[in-house]
Amino acid sequence: MPDCDKVLLVQAELDGELDAAQAASLEAHRAGCPICRQAQAELVRARALLRAEPYETTPDEVRAQVMARLRLAEPRLEPARRQRSSRRWLFPAAGGFGFGAACAAVLAFLLVLPPRDDVAEQIVAGHIRALQPGHLEDVVSTDQHTVKPWFDGKLDFAPPVRDFAADGFPLKGGRLDYLGGRAVAALVYQRDKHVIDLFVWPEGGPLPRLAGGTQIQGYNVVHWTAGGMNFWAVSDVERPQLDDFATLWRKAP
Amino acid sequence: MVLPHLDAAYNLARWLMRDTAAAEDVLQEAMVRALTYFASFKGVNPRAWLLQIVRHAAYSSIALNRGIETVPVDGDDAAELISGDDDPEAALLRSREACRVRALIAALPVELRETLVLREFEEFSYKDIAEATQTPIGTVMSRLWRARQLLARAAAAEGLP
Repeated sequence: MPDCDKVLLVQAELDGELDAAQAASLEAHRAGCPICRQAQAELVRARALLRAEPYETTPDEVRAQVMARLRLAEPRLEPARRQRSSRRWLFPAAGGFGFGAACAAVLAFLLVLPPRDDVAEQIVAGHIRALQPGHLEDVVSTDQHTVKPWFDGKLDFAPPVRDFAADGFPLKGGRLDYLGGRAVAALVYQRDKHVIDLFVWPEGGPLPRLAGGTQIQGYNVVHWTAGGMNFWAVSDVERPQLDDFATLWRKAP
Repeated sequence: MVLPHLDAAYNLARWLMRDTAAAEDVLQEAMVRALTYFASFKGVNPRAWLLQIVRHAAYSSIALNRGIETVPVDGDDAAELISGDDDPEAALLRSREACRVRALIAALPVELRETLVLREFEEFSYKDIAEATQTPIGTVMSRLWRARQLLARAAAAEGLP
């Protein structure tokens, strides 16, 4: 371990594990610490190497073998299940219940999805946090050619930035945000009196995707992907308007 | 039918075993175990839970086969990577590079390797890595640090970009 006890914080920042206050205090320290700047360079280099690696998906035949094995293994569940169900005095007709529970467990396992609303909830939380005074934009500009370059060097990807002022969704600015342990771009738009946050980050990796949209705590959330990027729009505008906004984005060249 | 975390399980098994056939065995074993114990799963993160099982299966397998662990990075991978690319020369270069990076990762000690793979390929948070590897977060952080340092320096020594 090198001579500065802050290097693990440098790493934590790269891994999206620092909150804004910690990141700011680290920034101040790093400006005067060559060890931390060196560490940063090495970490970025290691990440670039690793991110260039292709992610290998399970070959179809392996997937098929796993499925076949799981089907064979299913009956194993039953005895354990019966024992448990026999303790359930609430279910006197336990014969059927044991089998049903086994089936349910198998189904639940096969269908178990990453907690889909997790990201949506984080998005809404991020949006609400950003609505606190002074938190909305790090760069204030209605010009996409100002906002886009502002992200350069702050993210490991270049987010697309567009202004839809002509369509009633003027761009107001942008900021950095953290979601699911990674730095993401947040673009801020205005719709009448409402604020729309658009979170953008590259596709791939394990972040769960939500098809279509949802509503959480009165905020509408709409998700789509395009050009290798995840897009999540969140706002208190009516759902049809948020859908219009999404459509504009999707149709943008 | 979709097994949403199968790819993550497969990847971790591959990185831990460093051998495709052994990884497939570990994957099968882990999935059956996961199915058997799924009813008892009460956590919030099924992916971390599943990878914890994969890891256990891999470690048991490594312990059983200690001494006959196979060599990392087979030649077939290179061929796979090249096919389907428009510019074979660039693809060959890239695949050589990829192979070398892969060899560097494979050469890391297993506890550094698994931490790095979970963070970089599965994009696990520190907390999830701690859960999957049953290690305190502080250890996760220092392992990640060492893994990345070793990798960056080895890559520099090999003249990788």
